[in-house]
Amino acid sequence: MLASLLLAATLATPIWRVELVAPQYPEGLGMEIRAHTIRGMREHDLDNMNELNHYIGMKRIEPDSIRELRIIPWVIGALAAFGLVAALIGRRALVWAWLAAFAAGGVVGLVDFWRWEYDFGHNLDLEHAIIKVPGMTYQPPILGSKQLLNFTATSLPALGGWLAGAAFLLGVAALFLTRRRAHAAATA
Amino acid sequence: MPPLRRAVLATAATVVAAALFYACRSTTPTTSLAAGDAASRVYVAPGTYDEYYAFLSGGFSGQVSVYGLPSGRLLKVIPVFSQNPETGYGYNEETKDLLTTTYGFVPWDDTHHAELSQTDGVPDGRWLFINGNNTPRIARIDLTRFETDEILQIPNAAGGHASPFTTPDSKYVVSATRFSVPVPNADVSIDSYKQNFKGTLSFITANQPGKMDVAFQILMPGYDYDLGHAGKGPSDGWFFFTSYNTEQANTKLEENASKNDKDFIAAVNYKQAETCVAQGKAKDFPSEYDHNVVDSVSRVAKVERKTSVKMLDPKDCPGVVYYLPTPKSPHGVDVDPTGEYIVAGGKLATVIPVHSFTKLQKAIADKAFEKEIDGIPVIKYEAVMAGEVQKPGLGPLHTEFDGKGYAYTSMFISSEIVKWKLGTWEVVDRIPTYYSIGHLMIPGGDSRKPWGKYVLAMNKITKDRYLPTGPELSQSAQLIDITGDKMKLLLDFPTIGEPHYAQAIPASMIKDKQVKYFSLAQNTNPWVTRSEAEGGIKRSGKRVDIKMIAIRSHFAPDNFEGVRIGDTVYFHVTNIEQDWDIEHGFAVFGNTNAELTLNPGDTRTLKWVPTRVGVYPFYCTDFCSALHQEMQGYIRVSPAGSTVALTANTSERARRQLADAQTGK
Repeated sequence: MLASLLLAATLATPIWRVELVAPQYPEGLGMEIRAHTIRGMREHDLDNMNELNHYIGMKRIEPDSIRELRIIPWVIGALAAFGLVAALIGRRALVWAWLAAFAAGGVVGLVDFWRWEYDFGHNLDLEHAIIKVPGMTYQPPILGSKQLLNFTATSLPALGGWLAGAAFLLGVAALFLTRRRAHAAATA
Repeated sequence: MPPLRRAVLATAATVVAAALFYACRSTTPTTSLAAGDAASRVYVAPGTYDEYYAFLSGGFSGQVSVYGLPSGRLLKVIPVFSQNPETGYGYNEETKDLLTTTYGFVPWDDTHHAELSQTDGVPDGRWLFINGNNTPRIARIDLTRFETDEILQIPNAAGGHASPFTTPDSKYVVSATRFSVPVPNADVSIDSYKQNFKGTLSFITANQPGKMDVAFQILMPGYDYDLGHAGKGPSDGWFFFTSYNTEQANTKLEENASKNDKDFIAAVNYKQAETCVAQGKAKDFPSEYDHNVVDSVSRVAKVERKTSVKMLDPKDCPGVVYYLPTPKSPHGVDVDPTGEYIVAGGKLATVIPVHSFTKLQKAIADKAFEKEIDGIPVIKYEAVMAGEVQKPGLGPLHTEFDGKGYAYTSMFISSEIVKWKLGTWEVVDRIPTYYSIGHLMIPGGDSRKPWGKYVLAMNKITKDRYLPTGPELSQSAQLIDITGDKMKLLLDFPTIGEPHYAQAIPASMIKDKQVKYFSLAQNTNPWVTRSEAEGGIKRSGKRVDIKMIAIRSHFAPDNFEGVRIGDTVYFHVTNIEQDWDIEHGFAVFGNTNAELTLNPGDTRTLKWVPTRVGVYPFYCTDFCSALHQEMQGYIRVSPAGSTVALTANTSERARRQLADAQTGK
């Protein structure tokens, strides 16, 4: 039950965060990926990142044009609802199924995230790019840090990502505890 | 050792000793007077911040300079009363009206006294006020932007020197006339000084941004009113001004105004003045003066012409002013943190006289007056004097306080700072300054709660202190540690203009309130261009308006044609960046005007009257990005009567934006 509530909470919190730091940007520029949108960590960060990206011919990051952002809230909502149902019914098989769906969703999400990063990092408008470094691509990492020209890009789960992780672990813990209880019941 | 060799050795030793002695003599003796650990005390490591912001008047530069203390690093010069081609201040259409007066456009002034706004008698870091001495004005600088927002002209005044000292809640800042003049000014014989010349003490409402005004003026005998400070604590509600030239000389003042043994401090009960004004005892006095304000929304300066002030004659308001006899041609008047002691710097006096506020009140109650001048009672010196600091040095000018019971007085003639104890009036320490110190400043040292860690000496003459630079040498400030029993010299640093007075405040009270950029969405400049698609060129008769944007690393539009000789062109350039310190500049070849500096989100307008046919480049003057050198464009100027069409090109991004707008995206 708690796992579902945690998962529901991710709808309102940033799930993943990509931060860029450079000598000229000691305070950093960052964007947050939320269930339904992408936005700057500070008010104009996303615009400023787009402005900088025009030098290397990267496409503008336009949250409205990313279809997935319209689907993800429903997926998370459905998973939360499913978890809630599983908790109320209390069948271990349902929890198994929930975890499987959750894991699948997570993997698909991350793969999709990677696919977008690949697209932004590789499909550059070389005709209009101002700074062209032979062989250079600009795909930020999914997890961890990477040097992209003068910027160090760091990508980490944000609060929502950790909540989702915690939700998953709670689900696993629920299975584990009930297994022991089921085992105890069987041996009694 | 054989005797000969001994003799040779002894001779050699003598020569070496003599050489060493000579070498010692030839080094500057003063450098060794710096405290032993001075370097580490003023060293602010790269990437770390100073402890204080110090605001130094720029003197005859007309500006304010901002230094970090203790490093003495120059952080900014804030344009105030002088045009500044570097930023376009006073040149561009948005700011030039700040320098408008009833005498027309005055592109310069002489700034003297920086004054931080106060809350409850303590500097609060909201605003800095500064006076223009030559054409009396007071400016307000906003300390979230370090920009001049407002300038008020002071009517019926000349030489706005005793200004802009604040009351403890910045309800008022004041301005008094250093030069008495006919009031109202008139075509009279200069020899008729004694009959016709008057001084005025002006109280300016100051605690509402954009609304400075002359609350009232007090008409005073025609002396020179030099400096002032507000009372505080028990003396809150009073203001003290020094005067000299009580001889009322109108020529050769250096001699003729130095005759009287004592001049006066004017003690003004301004609460009483408020009461009299409220009772209608002040006259409506026709007076033209300008109030220039930067509109807080559009960020464009506007001039408001005012026509009248409330003028209060002390004869009509008994108890509003008393004169305190004070030796001798007093300059500074400084009130200690408790509000009890009023210290005068009699620049020709051999003592530092200190008046007591308690004694002043008693003297008024006892009517201990020696005479009356134009309705102003003159209190007996002994009845108001608390003590005299004996043998302080030569030429006492100004006093600041450390909040620990000590006062520090600058000595112009003997070039030193003298530390003495309030109450016992004994001199406890002195330190030389290099050379001819004017004002001195302890952060908060004129307030109720000084941050008594350093005193800054502001010196007029530097001679051998820096590498020489021709006939005119740098002026200078010196930072002195006052945390111990002995003052210790820490640092010399050169200053712009002449640093008359300064104020300083802990950096923490200002640094986190800084505006980083102006919101483009909230920009209401009538000529704002918010996106590339909005740029363009328009003609109305002989006026051509160009709207364009600046963003890394281009202008848009960046090609213009159809301008003709005889046209006046206005470039309205908007920096559409929304990021801290991403500035652009804008300059046009052959323009007899300055350039524009463009803050992120700001719109500025540069006027250009082309006089020759041709094609003229314009470019970004503030190195903004890797492709800054590519940030340029052209404007074509055709002969009068030419039929070249008026056009601006369209950038590709503008085309996309326009296409998106059409498809309703």
